[in-house]
Amino acid sequence: MKLETDNTPLVIAGKTFTNRFFLGTGKFKNKTDVTESITSSGTQIVTVALRRIDLERHDDNIIEYIPEGITLLTNTSGARNAKEAVRIAHLARESGCGNWIKIEVINDSKYLLPDNLETIKATEILAKEGFVVLPYMHPDLYVARELVKAGAATVMPLGSLIGSNQGLKTKEFIKILIDEIAVPIVVDAGIGTPSQAAEAMEMGADAVLANTAVATAGNPAQLAQAFSMAVAAGRLAYLSQVSDKKGVASASSPLTGFLYD
Amino acid sequence: MQIKINGQTKTFADGSNLEAIIKQSCQNCQRVIAEVNGAIIKSQQWGQQPIRQGDQIELVSFVGGG
Repeated sequence: MKLETDNTPLVIAGKTFTNRFFLGTGKFKNKTDVTESITSSGTQIVTVALRRIDLERHDDNIIEYIPEGITLLTNTSGARNAKEAVRIAHLARESGCGNWIKIEVINDSKYLLPDNLETIKATEILAKEGFVVLPYMHPDLYVARELVKAGAATVMPLGSLIGSNQGLKTKEFIKILIDEIAVPIVVDAGIGTPSQAAEAMEMGADAVLANTAVATAGNPAQLAQAFSMAVAAGRLAYLSQVSDKKGVASASSPLTGFLYD
Repeated sequence: MQIKINGQTKTFADGSNLEAIIKQSCQNCQRVIAEVNGAIIKSQQWGQQPIRQGDQIELVSFVGGG
C-alpha cells in the first residue's frame, strides 16, 4: 500500500517544513528521551526555554540532545509582561541558536493563561527587531488580527489549559481563526492525545504542538511518533475535504430493491 | 571583591574579568549567555569585560521547555 503524503508543506517565515508536529522539550525525565522523540516523530521544530544556570549543580544543556537541522523555537516562559519577554528574546538571540521566538506571557500561576495584551506588545517590538515571532495566545479573533498586524509569523492558540490534556476546549474559536487569519495557526497547549491533535488538523489547523503528553508518557518516543502520524492523518483528512456531520442516516450500501417487488 | 552572580553573593579576586569569573563559577556550562548589570555581554567580549565590586552577573542557558 502506498501511503499518500501531504504535498502542501508548512511555510513559516520563508522556511519550509514537511512535518507539522511541533514538540516541546520540557518535563522529560531523561534527556535521551528528547532525542528519541524528535527522531521517532520526525518533528522539525522544537521548543526550548532559558533559565538561570544553577551554579551548584551541573546539568547538561538541552541543546546537546537536539539533533542538527532542527529549528529551535525559544519560548519566553517566565515572562510576566512584554518587557520581560523582550529581554528573554534578546538573551536567546545572543546564544546563536537563531531568532525564532515563541512569546509566552503569563501572569496567572493557577491557570497559566496567556496575557493577550502584553503578547501583542511583545510581538510588535520583536517583529520590528527582526525576530520570527510565534505568539502563544488565547483564541480571540481581534487579538489574532492585532498579532498579525504586529508581525506575527504564526498564531498559536491554546486548545485548553497548559499541561491539562483536556484537548480542544476552544475548538469553535480556533476554527474562527483558521477561517479568518492568513498566517499559519499552530494549536498549542492542552493537547493530550494523538486523536485530539488529529481533530485540530482535520478542521484545518496548520500544525500542532505537544509537550506534556509526550514527556510524561511511559514511552515518550512512541507517543511522539503517534502524535506525528495523527497530525499527518488529520492534515490528509482536511485536504480530502471531510464531509459535514448530518442529523439523519444516509445509507452507505445500495438498498436492495428486489426484496420489495 | 564581592559580586552577585545568579542571585548569590560571591567573592572573586580584584580585577577579575567576566571570562575568569564565568570559568571559575561554571566550568562545564555550555552555551552560556551573560548579562552584567542587565546588559548582555557578547561571549567574544567576556575577556575584556571588567567586573567591579557590587556588579550583578546573570548567567543563563537553555533548558527543556514547551
